[in-house]
Amino acid sequence: MLFDKFQSMADFQASLAEQEVAPFGAVTEEILSASEGVVQGRKVILAGTNNYLGLSYDPRCIKAAQDAAQRWGTGTTGSRLANGSFAEHQALEEEIAEFYGVNHAIVFSTGYAATMGMCSTLAGPGDVILMDGDSHASIYAGVKLSGAEVIRFKHSDPEDLAKRMRRLGDRAAGQALIIAEGIYSMLGDVAPLQEIAAVKREYGGYLLVDEAHSMGVLGDSGRGAAQAAGVEADVDFSVGTFSKSLGAIGGFCVSPHAELEAIRFCITAYIFTASSSPSVIASTRESLRIISQEPQLRKKLWDNANRLYNGLKSLGLPVGPTASPVVAVAMDDRSATIDCWKALMDAGVYVNLVVPPASPSTNFLLRNSVSAAHSREQIDTIIAAYSGLKDAGLINPSQAA
Amino acid sequence: MTDYQEYLDFLYTALESKNERKLTLSETTTLVGDIGLSSLEVMEFIEKIEDHFDISIPLNILPDVNTIGELAQKVRELNF
Repeated sequence: MLFDKFQSMADFQASLAEQEVAPFGAVTEEILSASEGVVQGRKVILAGTNNYLGLSYDPRCIKAAQDAAQRWGTGTTGSRLANGSFAEHQALEEEIAEFYGVNHAIVFSTGYAATMGMCSTLAGPGDVILMDGDSHASIYAGVKLSGAEVIRFKHSDPEDLAKRMRRLGDRAAGQALIIAEGIYSMLGDVAPLQEIAAVKREYGGYLLVDEAHSMGVLGDSGRGAAQAAGVEADVDFSVGTFSKSLGAIGGFCVSPHAELEAIRFCITAYIFTASSSPSVIASTRESLRIISQEPQLRKKLWDNANRLYNGLKSLGLPVGPTASPVVAVAMDDRSATIDCWKALMDAGVYVNLVVPPASPSTNFLLRNSVSAAHSREQIDTIIAAYSGLKDAGLINPSQAA
Repeated sequence: MTDYQEYLDFLYTALESKNERKLTLSETTTLVGDIGLSSLEVMEFIEKIEDHFDISIPLNILPDVNTIGELAQKVRELNF
């Protein structure tokens, strides 16, 4: 039967529905600020939002969106190739290219469409994609559609990548597309881009970096992990999103290659979908201006990230090797993780509950994402909530994954 | 080029530690259905084969590989 394969998921969701609060698709009933809301009847600190700079609720961005809706209406009702290219879209493309110091940019309607679209289009039959094994689902979806030969390299392992480039022989130089991310979204680890860029320099090929979680977060001017690593000259395509540090929704690809202008017309995820609402584009433009002009937001974000990371680490919780705006606590038992998630909600803290296959390996994660909008007191409340999990015997560092 | 049987023998040996159901492995034994490998274990097993033969096994071929025999055949083709 067509529906048989969904039965195990239906059973899992039914078991969650019997509980008082539901971790997946939890409904936010009210947004009180960039860092607080009402979720399933509870007033909580939002610590699982990817709203790294807090700009989703910035009055300047809200005003820009309001003005654009007034001027342009609520939607474009069409593709960028038909009636959906407004002056706003074109201006944002010029501004995001300028932000990255390159000449070419494409704006997409979502971040998923940007990575999926680029990964499905750049390489085709006869080409080879070498992708990090822990890549985001949008990358996996894209490479599957590409028609290219797809080879996985071990997560953030430049030696494994080098080995696989060597095995390609003559094909590496002209036909290989290497795909890595800046910050990996689930554990918050940063890709070793200096070493990956060195492999590219040795063997040739092209490099695409997905900066979805690192744009606005890393680098002197907030361009992301490649800027922080000093290897922007080796990156052929930077892909990213407007739905994290920029606080709206949408995606982009920027490139120094003039060919991007022809590639644009071959990306079905760009052509066969409506362009973003002008209000979304206008708030994104305002956010981009703010992150360019207010580096103190990044400093505040990192102060908060270090505070939460060190706080959870000092509780003995397994939080990953280095501090990052994503701080994930790894657990090895599903029901214990769900119990912890509920207890955090009761303590007034919303975090993300992550289960395989969204989490790398077989771990379950309590995933916290930090924002510049969090106050020190809010960060301390989050740490205290985790301390409460320990006191209640819900989490035991020695038993955590 | 190594003979098909040698690939099979390598796979049998490499799978022994994962053969918790104590099956008698053959060309028609399936990796997921019979041996019970999880998707993560399949990927780890593939990496082991890749390192041993110094090849890269594209993800594209995996949907066509169910049995040990099919895997041996694919590895043989890739190792030409």
